[in-house]
Amino acid sequence: MTARQERWLARGLEVTVPILVLVLWGVLSAGSETYYFPPLTDILTTFKDTWVFERVGSDVVPSLERMAAGYGIAVVVAVGAGLLLGLSPRARRAAAPIVEFLRAIPPPALLPFAILVIGVGSSMKIFIIAFVCLWPILLNTIDGVTSVDPTLRETTRVYGISPRDRMRRVMLPAASPQIFAGMRTSLSLALILMVISEMVASTNGIGYFVLQSQRTFAIPEMWSGILLLGILGYTLNGAFVLIERRVLRWHRGARASALS
Amino acid sequence: MATLARSARRPAPRLRVPDALLPWLSVLGVLVLFDVLPRIGVLPENHFPPISKTLGTLADQFTTESFWKAVGNTLQGWALGLGIAAALAIPLGIVIGSSRLLYRATRGVIEFLRPIPSVALIPLAILIYGTGLKSKVFLASFAAFWQLIVATLYGVQDVDPVATDTARSFGFSRIQRLFRVTLPSAIPYIATGVRIASAVSLILTVTAELVIGSSGLGRSINVARSGGDEQLMYALIIATGILGLALNTIFVLAERRVLHWHPSHRPGETAA
Amino acid sequence: MLRVDHLKKTYGEGNDAVEAIGDLDFEVQEKEFVCVVGPSGCGKTTLLKCMSGLLPPTGGEARLHDQRIDGPPELMALVFQEYSRSLFPWMTVRQNVAFPLRRKRLDKAEGRELVESAVRSVDLTGFLDRYPWELSGGMQQRVAIARALAYQPEIMLMDEPFASVDAQTRADLEDLILEVRREYGVTVVFVTHDIDESVYLGDRIVVLTPAPTTVQEVLEVELPEPRDQVETKELQEFARLRAHVYRSIKRKQPAAETEQEPARA
Repeated sequence: MTARQERWLARGLEVTVPILVLVLWGVLSAGSETYYFPPLTDILTTFKDTWVFERVGSDVVPSLERMAAGYGIAVVVAVGAGLLLGLSPRARRAAAPIVEFLRAIPPPALLPFAILVIGVGSSMKIFIIAFVCLWPILLNTIDGVTSVDPTLRETTRVYGISPRDRMRRVMLPAASPQIFAGMRTSLSLALILMVISEMVASTNGIGYFVLQSQRTFAIPEMWSGILLLGILGYTLNGAFVLIERRVLRWHRGARASALS
Repeated sequence: MATLARSARRPAPRLRVPDALLPWLSVLGVLVLFDVLPRIGVLPENHFPPISKTLGTLADQFTTESFWKAVGNTLQGWALGLGIAAALAIPLGIVIGSSRLLYRATRGVIEFLRPIPSVALIPLAILIYGTGLKSKVFLASFAAFWQLIVATLYGVQDVDPVATDTARSFGFSRIQRLFRVTLPSAIPYIATGVRIASAVSLILTVTAELVIGSSGLGRSINVARSGGDEQLMYALIIATGILGLALNTIFVLAERRVLHWHPSHRPGETAA
Repeated sequence: MLRVDHLKKTYGEGNDAVEAIGDLDFEVQEKEFVCVVGPSGCGKTTLLKCMSGLLPPTGGEARLHDQRIDGPPELMALVFQEYSRSLFPWMTVRQNVAFPLRRKRLDKAEGRELVESAVRSVDLTGFLDRYPWELSGGMQQRVAIARALAYQPEIMLMDEPFASVDAQTRADLEDLILEVRREYGVTVVFVTHDIDESVYLGDRIVVLTPAPTTVQEVLEVELPEPRDQVETKELQEFARLRAHVYRSIKRKQPAAETEQEPARA
């Protein structure tokens, strides 16, 4: 097999295999009598009935709002704190044990605490999402700031760049590749915590819907919710990658030219 | 003259906390803060019991059998979840990663399944496995699996082509190349993957205990809250944090030991 | 204008102390082009960092217009050897050159004019909206020079600025720097380990000893202006100076007939 043929084969497989998997699922589940694994066609029909656009306003929008609010708060707080901690080795040392401990607590263990202190409303969900998303971004921001090239730091000193500009226009962009890596990790955490918090204490939201469907044995509905969460995770991740590529265009360019 | 200039430049020695003391001081500060604030009423005491009381409750817990049973249950779920994920994901990752065709064929499926939040499968787990250990392990291993397979794939593909070509030129067979070249250079990635997968497995174990009600620390925390025993709830949250910290530390130390030869673990080269 | 007065720099303390600069003493006059040359590892970069206020000396001082330098002075610009690491990769050429001007609070048109004329004088006008990493190494260093020029310093320090570019580019950059120096009337302190370069560029050469560094000697360069890569380098005086500096660095006694000038203290 020539290299050219192999490349075409690879490209073909990349497209056909996922489709094949889907078709296989459809065929195998077609006449399914198993209660827990309804036919794919049933799931898709229910999906259309449920999510286009019947429950968008009542469940999808509240879920996404909570997620966006929690994630947004986490990004702002973590990047700000990360920049400050990144610039001060002593503050970093002092904060290390507390950060290490808080981030080691498995996030769901904090849910009962949040319910106790804040209640079962949306703010509890926003709090828990923000709290959990904070750490990966914070640690990555610190990492990014401390590894800014010393020549770049000296350049800003020589040209008397003001502290404000140094933060916003030098440290922040220089650390942005690491910040984005942290934000990406946190994005999937945000989705997970959104689902968990809605499963534990909520009266609406996608997480609530999925668990409720299972409890009432509405199996195709449950599957349609799982499917929606899958699509949501995939789409969010994809959108993030697109934004990251755009914002960090300079970074890829610089790295490519450094390697060549 | 030089000495004069020097003494003029250096400020008079201020009282400065030595760097080594800083972490201890900040921990002490936080503890004191969370002890005093509830006592003087800044934080509502019914929601934030003074930390000294909570720590007392935690110490009491250490002597009870039910606490250690909960810890044991959680650890069991974590270990099985991580173990099953590792047994499946690492070999699979190596096989897929060493064949370009296989990689391209499965990439789309992996990329689609990976970002799916594993917690979405909680209802399914309950349906199929009930509310016991099996559900917990299913969720934990499912979540850890994706972390590990992606890390392994990445590691296998990041092998220096020069090393592979060198091995090939010495007439190493495919199998020999796998064990002598590919695996050793992929191990740092796999090790990092295992550490993250361990954290993920613990998270999902606790989640299952909390949401599904399988026995373990997660359920104990929830029971303490609904029973109105705030001190116990905080004590158990702290215990869970200590467990997470301990597991992470073990993996970091193990990684350092196994990978002492790797550049990322050699002192002085981390800056490069 | 710039005076280095018994400057000393020791890294570390106690038994680990490394004496980088023993005792340095020299002066740079207004509008002068002074090359500082010395064997590799002789603390040239340390000296430059002390002169630019990036590093506090352990003893003695550097003074600009009789004011002690204890932080980067506003009248000074510095061009680093690592052009790829001193330019901001997320800014275009125009943004890079304009960035240091923000502290000067110029009005828009004035700032724009400064940036564009600086970029014009290094022949990069067509590349204003490119990113540094889209340019070759020599072009990147020209951006760094333009950035220093637009800052309108009285004195420009250059730390082996052409050490990481190929030979042809290097010759072009040498002529470019002589040209812009005339155009902008700026004082230049140019640190290099390349003897030819120091003789070709300098009005005066400060030769340093290995660490702990002191001044070995200071030489006047009396080559005709403007200098030319071919003609200047063919002159007998050029060859003589080059040989002199070479022997001086190798710590050989300079030939008896050379006019040896003691370090200006």
